Amino acid sequence: MLGYIDKIREISKRLLDEGRVEMVIGFRKGTMPMMNEPTFVKNSGEVSKLVWDSNCGINLANYLTDRKEKIGVIAKGCDSRNIVTHILENKIKRDKLVIIGVPCKGMIDRRRITAVFDAEVREVSEEGDTVTVKGAGFEKKLKKSDILQDNCSACIHRNPVLYDELAVPLVEEQKDIERYADIRRIEAMSPQEKWQYFEDLIAPCIRCYACRNACPLCYCPTCFVDESRPQWVGKSQDETDIRTFHFLRAYHCAGRCTDCGACERACPVGIKVRQFTSKLNKDCLDMFGWEAGVLPDQRPPLDTFKPGDPGDFIK
Amino acid sequence: MEHMGVEPGRLSFSWISSAESTKFVDVVKDVTATVKALGPNNNFKKAADKVA
Ligand code: SF4
Ligand code: SF4
Repeated sequence: MLGYIDKIREISKRLLDEGRVEMVIGFRKGTMPMMNEPTFVKNSGEVSKLVWDSNCGINLANYLTDRKEKIGVIAKGCDSRNIVTHILENKIKRDKLVIIGVPCKGMIDRRRITAVFDAEVREVSEEGDTVTVKGAGFEKKLKKSDILQDNCSACIHRNPVLYDELAVPLVEEQKDIERYADIRRIEAMSPQEKWQYFEDLIAPCIRCYACRNACPLCYCPTCFVDESRPQWVGKSQDETDIRTFHFLRAYHCAGRCTDCGACERACPVGIKVRQFTSKLNKDCLDMFGWEAGVLPDQRPPLDTFKPGDPGDFIK
Repeated sequence: MEHMGVEPGRLSFSWISSAESTKFVDVVKDVTATVKALGPNNNFKKAADKVA
């Protein structure tokens, strides 16, 4: 993956120099290991601060909402699907964008790495499929496939679905993978077990809303949790309020979620927020044959009606 | 909702035209019977002093 960056910088520089874009949205090195952060590059002298490795999991479509400038944006498979969704939902105009596609081989889950060590991780580097982790007095090599984010292990759209420039050749997509094992396990539970499962899942939630803020779909000017007139949901840490927040947010993402994993990545207490949205993604696939952001010219299932739509739940 | 543990049957959807009064009565009877059979709801309950 390390070879990617020269190409990304070269394309970004060209786009800026030619005046085709006013800024390029990409990643720069974060102040902590495994935490690359989004950056806006506005002149070609700055392209050297752009980086690319397996710590670029943040979804950059989140930074496009309602922008009016001409923008070059770096897009992994999942970012590109959220860009498609943004275009469908009129949150950005296609002709304002130059999409720099970056075929992706999965992003690292930093929690999987820190869980292996007692001491602080100071440096993480990678070469091919080997990730080297260093700290005070230790150094260890890990296999990248063992430390991927859950959603990346289950991803079948690593190549961007929409792009103008391609940084590197397309990669082979993962095939024959079990994408919804977690969800099937929950589906097999009794109602009480299900209730308890989610109760335990969200028990540590502090309602910081980092998951919502990291999500490119959550662009409402005032989120329902922030409204006070009317107040849709209690603002407390009560378990009922926490649950209401989570399941309502998941519903707002139904048929739109691309499973980019930004929510899980952002959560400071490590809640598997995707357990809510994945079920809806699975249902959309089973019932409507739909995956969000893959087809630029089709409306999502929940804003269209087709005579064949499943309606068995209506009595 | 059922996925996160609300019992099947506690939540119902029906399509009833304003002219279908008899269907409305039937559905209400049906739903009431199902919910009664399920017993009191223990989920989504919040103590009065916590309501803010
Ligand atoms: S979800 Fe797919 S495209 Fe997105 S970071 Fe993971 S592997 Fe890459
Ligand atoms: S990021 Fe985590 S702790 Fe914060 S609101 Fe979301 S689930 Fe709760």
